Amino acid sequence: MPSSTPGLAIAGLRKAFGAVAAVDGVDLEVPGGQTIALLGPNGAGKSTTIDLVLGLAEPDAGTIEVFGRPPRAACDAGIVGAMLQTGGLLRELTVRELLSVMGSMYPRAIGVDEVVELAAIGELVDRRTHQLSGGETQRVRFALALVSDPDLLVLDEPTVAMDVNARHGFWTAMRGFASRGKTVLFATHYLDEADAWADRIVMLARGRIVADGSASEIGALVGSKVVRATLREAELDALRALPGVAAVARHGDTVELTCTDSDAALRALLAAEPEACDLEVRSAGIEAAFLALTGDVEPTADPEPVT
Amino acid sequence: MVAYARSEVLRTFRNTRFLVFSLVFPLVLFVIIAGPNRHEDILGVPIPLYFMGGMTAFGSMMAVVSSGGRIAAERQIGWNRQLRLTPLRPGTYLATKVLCGYLLAGLTIVLVGAVGIALGVRLSVGEWAATIGLVLVGLAPFAAFGVAAGHLVSVDSLGPLMGGVTSILALLGGAWGPIASRGALLTVSKATPSYWLTAASRTGLRGAGWPLQGWLVVAVWTVAMTALATWAYRRDTGRI
Repeated sequence: MPSSTPGLAIAGLRKAFGAVAAVDGVDLEVPGGQTIALLGPNGAGKSTTIDLVLGLAEPDAGTIEVFGRPPRAACDAGIVGAMLQTGGLLRELTVRELLSVMGSMYPRAIGVDEVVELAAIGELVDRRTHQLSGGETQRVRFALALVSDPDLLVLDEPTVAMDVNARHGFWTAMRGFASRGKTVLFATHYLDEADAWADRIVMLARGRIVADGSASEIGALVGSKVVRATLREAELDALRALPGVAAVARHGDTVELTCTDSDAALRALLAAEPEACDLEVRSAGIEAAFLALTGDVEPTADPEPVT
Repeated sequence: MVAYARSEVLRTFRNTRFLVFSLVFPLVLFVIIAGPNRHEDILGVPIPLYFMGGMTAFGSMMAVVSSGGRIAAERQIGWNRQLRLTPLRPGTYLATKVLCGYLLAGLTIVLVGAVGIALGVRLSVGEWAATIGLVLVGLAPFAAFGVAAGHLVSVDSLGPLMGGVTSILALLGGAWGPIASRGALLTVSKATPSYWLTAASRTGLRGAGWPLQGWLVVAVWTVAMTALATWAYRRDTGRI
């Protein structure tokens, strides 16, 4: 692959289901070798984006190229491997038989033994697939995603069925594969996973990219606090300009400031608006950060109080 | 894609539920019905010969339709989506499913035939060849029906649906025994593909292949079921 060809190039991507725009104008370029997390709440459009990248759905508009090829051609060439969000394994086969038959379809598959080592599933190879637990099934599905030796590995919320130990083992295996110079795109709604295992985080909400940056940049944003105050006749633009404030929203007489530095914001707020009362500081949490970034005012869940 | 076909065959023969219905069930039924009465006649035909035809028809029909069960089960676990990420072509996928159904049907035909021989059925090589050849042709609409059902129906509803449809068709087609010798019921019976499948598997006793009507009925059902299967497959996978 020439290094100038991005691992994944998405331009003007749109996909609607009925009146609902699941993906609403996404542009994204992922350089080869990067591990990128798609972070977003349920319904943000992560899975739809992934289905489009894999050619499992046709976009209404926009283009997708995987190392310069359309998704279907990329799948046929074996340069994309994927672990879909849901799914079981073909029954009545052993793990080894399953990996072997799937590998046989590809031009340059990795040998079964190497896949088994990469995915760390040595103890599972001779078991029949329907005898595996949920977490074991996930690990075998991960191995299946690797058999074609893909240049782009796509993982859609891969750790959902795993416990804490299994998660760590899984991500370590992912990193081992990525270290071969592979491009990895994974979807998650856990900030800590994105923060710990991605080079770059793209936040999706309502089908749009609302933030795109390094893990530490996004972590600071999502780890932000919300200052809430009763304040009549507030100028939202003036509040937004206060130090430490990332976003501002108003419901009735209440304003909510999503802050990257809530201490600075609070001091500045009280200095600028002495009328402000009923002050509250809460940790924003990922949901609130999304809402702030998308300009929505009504949180779907109560933010956790700061202790 | 030889490895893929091989793994599918392996799965087919490891799935005990389907084996029981398409192999064990007709064999046991055949032995129970024909065994004690092997020297008796029905409609002037030796009972083993008569029921060998019926059980061949029923068992092989179950065998090819059972590919639908495997398709539905794969859809339920999302395996069809996983396969769409591979270079495997839809044509290869469907052909492999049909092939496995036919292999299982072939085994049914051979085993029922072997039991028939053990119970005293004697046919010439030509009669065996004609019987088996016509049965394989007569299974075509059922194979297409299996694919269609696999893509249209959930795995939970598929068992009852296929059991019901195949039993009714077997009954109407005369696989269980003569249903009508004249009148409207015979007309209906002769319009079913199972009538001609049963007739094919009794080539040995009628001494002749299908009349033109048989070929026409089987052809029409095959075309109709293939169209339904194609539509069902496209609807299911969102392909054009």
